[in-house]
Amino acid sequence: MSDTSKRTVVFRGGGFAPKPQAWIGVMVFVVLILVAEWGTRSGWISALTLPKPSDVLETFRQLYASGLLFQHLGPSLARLVVGATLGVSIGISVGVLIGLFSHVRSGLVPLIAAIFPIPKIALLPLFVIWFGIGEGSKYALIAFGTFTPTVVATYGAVDNVDRTLIRMGQSFGLSWWSIVRKIILPGALPGILSGLRISLSIAIILLVAAEMLGAQYGIGAYILEAGSLYDLERLFAGVVILSLMGVIVNAIISFIERRMLGWRS
Amino acid sequence: MDIRLEGIGHSYDDFEVMRDITLDIPNQQIICIVGPSGCGKSTLLRFIGGLERPQRGQVLQVGDAPKDCLNPLTYIFQDFALLPWRTVKGNISLVLEDHGIRGAAAREIIDDVLARTKLTDFAKALPKQLSGGMKQRVAIARALAVKPAVMLMDEPLSALDSQTRELLMDDLVSLWSRQPFTAVYVTHNLAEAVRLGHKVVVLSRRPGQIREIVEIDKPLSERAFGDADLDAYQKRLWNLMRDEARAADEELIHV
Ligand SMILES: Nc1ncnc2c1ncn2[C@@H]1O[C@H](COP(=O)(O)OP(=O)(O)O)[C@@H](O)[C@H]1O
Ligand SMILES: [Mg+2]
Repeated sequence: MSDTSKRTVVFRGGGFAPKPQAWIGVMVFVVLILVAEWGTRSGWISALTLPKPSDVLETFRQLYASGLLFQHLGPSLARLVVGATLGVSIGISVGVLIGLFSHVRSGLVPLIAAIFPIPKIALLPLFVIWFGIGEGSKYALIAFGTFTPTVVATYGAVDNVDRTLIRMGQSFGLSWWSIVRKIILPGALPGILSGLRISLSIAIILLVAAEMLGAQYGIGAYILEAGSLYDLERLFAGVVILSLMGVIVNAIISFIERRMLGWRS
Repeated sequence: MDIRLEGIGHSYDDFEVMRDITLDIPNQQIICIVGPSGCGKSTLLRFIGGLERPQRGQVLQVGDAPKDCLNPLTYIFQDFALLPWRTVKGNISLVLEDHGIRGAAAREIIDDVLARTKLTDFAKALPKQLSGGMKQRVAIARALAVKPAVMLMDEPLSALDSQTRELLMDDLVSLWSRQPFTAVYVTHNLAEAVRLGHKVVVLSRRPGQIREIVEIDKPLSERAFGDADLDAYQKRLWNLMRDEARAADEELIHV
C-alpha cells in the first residue's frame, strides 16, 4: 500500500439546494430598469415601445401629489379587502366542513371541481345582474374567485393533518370539538396559508378585471383609461402599483407564516 | 383494575390478522407482547384501548379504575405523537384541558410529571428542539399526567438509537419501581421484553395467536444490561420466535 500514489477523492456532492439570496433579486430589477432607462434615452428603444422609467416615476409622483393616487387606491383596496375576506372566510369554513364530514365532502367536492375551472371574469355580467353595477358585483366576483382555491387548499390541508395526532387526541379522551380546534385546525394552517397566497393573487387579478368593466375610480379603471389613450407612462405606473400590491400581500403572508408556523422544523 | 381479553379475533376483509387471543393483564404488571412484524400487535393494542373494535371476542375491564384516574387506558406511541406547535408544557396541558384542569392545578400536575421524567428544564421547548429520546420522555410525561390505570405502549423505543433506548428503559424501570403501573408493552425487541416484562407473550405469525407466555420472576429493579438470566430468557424467546419470524418475512415477499 505504501508505494501506491495518493490523491484526494474527487468531490462530487453538493448542489441541488438553492438558497435565497435577496440582493440578486433586487439587482435584476435594478439592471432591467437601468437598461430600459438607458435604451429609451439613447433612442434604440422607441418611446412607443416602452416609456422611460424616469417618466413613469414622474407620473407616479404627480399621481401622488394630486391626491389621485389615493382616490384610485382607496376603492381598490376596499374592494380587495371586502371581497377577499368574504371569499377566504367562507372558503376556509366550507373547506374545513368538507375535510371533516363525509356527506359534505361527497356533496360539494364535485360541485367545487365543476366551478373551479370557470374563469370567474366570465361571470361578471351575471354578478352585475344579481348584485347591481355598483360595489356588490365587484365584491361578489372577488369573493367567488378566492373562494374556490381556498376551499381546495383547505380541505387538502385538513386531509393532510397527521392521523396519528388525531388518534392520540382520541386516545386521551379529547372531545370532538377539542380535536378540531387544537389538532386539526393548527395542523391544517400551513396548507391553508399557502393556499391563501394563490387566492390573494387571484383576488388582485379579478379586482382589476372588475374595475376595467365598470368603475370610475380604482387601479383597474386608471389602467384602462391610460391604455385607451395609449398613455404608456400612466399605464406602467398603474401596473407598478398592482405588482407592489402583490408583493405586499405576499410579504404579509410570509410574516404571518413566520409568526404562526415557527414550530415547523 | 385488570384487563381481560376473551377470544379476540379479527379479519380485515378476508385477511385474518388475529385468532382467539385470551389473556389476562393483572394490575401493576408489565405484559410484553412480542411477535413477528404484521402479526397484529398494534391492532391488538388498538382493541385494548378502544380505538378499534374486534370482530370476535371482547375486551373486559375488571374492577374500577382508581378515582383520581383521568384516562384509564392511555397510549404511548412509537412516533411520540406530540403536537409540534405546542411546547412541552403545552403538550401536557392539552390532555388536562378537556378535564377542566387549568391554572394552578394543571401547573402542579405538569411540574410533577416533568420532574419525574427529568424534563423540568425543557418545559418551554418545542418538539422540534428535542431529540427522539426527549420527545418520548415528553410523551411518557403526558401519559403520566392523566394518571392512567393501564399504559398501552406500541414499540415506544423502536424509533430511538440503542443508547437512548437503554437510558429510557432505566427510566421506565425506575418509574415503575417508585410507583408500579400496569402496562401492555408491544415490541419486536426481545431485549426490551426481558428487561421490562413480568410476562412476555409470544405471538405467532399472522393470524396472530398466543404461542407461549413466558414469566420472568426476577424483580425489575434487579435486572440490568447484560444480565445472564435475562440472556437465557432472551435465547428462549428467540428460539420460539425464529421460525415464525422467518416464515413471516418470507410471506411478505409473496404479497
Ligand atoms: N386498518 C387496516 N386495514 C387493513 N389491514 C390492516 C389494517 N391495520 C392493520 N392491517 C394489517 O393487519 C396486519 C397486522 O398489523 P399490525 O397490527 O400493525 O401488525 P404489527 O404491529 O404486529 O406489525 C398487517 O398485515 C396489516 O397490514
Ligand atoms: Mg406495529
